[in-house]
Amino acid sequence: MLEITNLHATVGEREILKGLTLSVKAGEVHAIMGPNGAGKSTLAHVLAGREGYEVTKGSAHFEGRDLLDMEPHERAAAGLFLGFQYPVEIPGVSNLLFLRTAMNAQRKLRGEAEISGAEFMKKVKAESATLGLDMDMLKRGVNVGFSGGEKKRNEAFQLGMLEPKFALLDETDSGLDIDALRIVSEGINRFRSAERAVLLITHYQRLLDHVRPDVVHVLAKGRIVESGGPELALRLEAQGYEGLAA
Amino acid sequence: MSALPTRKDEAWRYSDMAAVAALWPPQPARLISVPAGEARADVLRVTEGGIHDLRVELGAGARLNLALLVQSASYARVALVAHLKAGASLDFGGVLLGAGAVVQEIVTDIRHDEPDAESRQRVRVVIDERAVGTYLGRIAVARDAQRTDAAQSARALVLKRTATANLKPELEIYADDVKCAHGCTVGELDKAGLFYLQSRGVPRPEAEALLTRAFVADAFAGLEDAAAREALEAETARWLEARA
Ligand SMILES: Nc1ncnc2c1ncn2[C@@H]1O[C@H](COP(=O)(O)OP(=O)(O)OP(=O)(O)O)[C@@H](O)[C@H]1O
Ligand SMILES: [Mg+2]
Repeated sequence: MLEITNLHATVGEREILKGLTLSVKAGEVHAIMGPNGAGKSTLAHVLAGREGYEVTKGSAHFEGRDLLDMEPHERAAAGLFLGFQYPVEIPGVSNLLFLRTAMNAQRKLRGEAEISGAEFMKKVKAESATLGLDMDMLKRGVNVGFSGGEKKRNEAFQLGMLEPKFALLDETDSGLDIDALRIVSEGINRFRSAERAVLLITHYQRLLDHVRPDVVHVLAKGRIVESGGPELALRLEAQGYEGLAA
Repeated sequence: MSALPTRKDEAWRYSDMAAVAALWPPQPARLISVPAGEARADVLRVTEGGIHDLRVELGAGARLNLALLVQSASYARVALVAHLKAGASLDFGGVLLGAGAVVQEIVTDIRHDEPDAESRQRVRVVIDERAVGTYLGRIAVARDAQRTDAAQSARALVLKRTATANLKPELEIYADDVKCAHGCTVGELDKAGLFYLQSRGVPRPEAEALLTRAFVADAFAGLEDAAAREALEAETARWLEARA
């Protein structure tokens, strides 16, 4: 579903990704762990198409399409969802307007009909209730006045609303309290299906206790330096990143 | 008849002097007068170039809610002089939308002549291409206008770096017990916000329009008449669509 081959990317003048190769098939859940500054968020931003992240070598394909040739909004409409490590605040644009604009923009690009107001609100109520985001919060500006954990819940809420094919979640678990972690994990597990895939960027085993990954990768210095099963995460938890092949 | 101003006059420093000369002398000021104790709301839309002078007179305890939208294709200047009597209240929301090479100005002169009056000003300037958007905001508080409460917030959004924003507050305060808050900022659209929207499926031009609408909406937030507010917002949206 997602095929990344020998990806090199620079931010500013600095090369951050240095030959990263990764393949995620439909139905799979992969986890990426790795030290601070290794390039995990850079990978997420490159895949989502953020300005200023320049790919100098290599390729990335999503369901056979050249991802790097697509605009950010086209990637979203194709089914790629990025859960931000640092969700952005947008004063003056309510969460509801933001989501409805996004949903309809995606539908339009896919040649589908707009969602009706009633259908949209029904879905909002269903998805927000479990995440503890109430209507007052959703009527506020996007993430404005949200706590760190609430912002991450909002990312999970958007994932539920937008129903992408591929969820790339950059530390969505960081900042969540114990109950929220369980709830968000349940959401990810519900999202799992034979047609979809998940790439979790995380620092913590506790997320992987709830969402069992098929493959765990270690990203260090801009490359995948080791891959394995869930036991790799447990080993990292015990031993840290020191002594890994760099 | 007053003499043709020059660039040396502080209030005309950023004006399009050729256009001013062609328009001189301006029409007499339009008067908006609210008698003591009464309340009014007014919406002004300026779509034609020209020099538009406004004179606002608020009696004791009078309230005025004034919204102004300027979006002309040729030089436009809206100059407002307001006199506030004891306990009067003025809420002014002004928006200026400029594209092409147009020069547009909002000039306010709020005079707190007597005690206990309140003024709230929110001005939002959106400029694109080579447009020039100017806001000159003077607040004058007379010696015995104690307990004046004046707030002024001016923000400009520069959509292209070739556009020019001039925001100049000017405070003249002769009373000692006065609250006077003011702030001026000139900025561009938030890159992080734009990317967040795009990453959720919103094309870049629509994302820009959405953020710009949010920026402008601030100015009209004081307008109690929801229908009037929505009409101004819709007008802004149309302007943004036309440039997309
Ligand atoms: N805009 C930027 N300009 C310059 N350097 C940047 C920029 N963004 C990221 N970097 C650098 O790129 C490197 C990788 O950053 P990245 O955010 O991808 O790390 P990460 O693996 O996600 O780390 P963390 O676990 O702390 O989230 C870091 O050294 C960072 O300082
Ligand atoms: Mg990161």
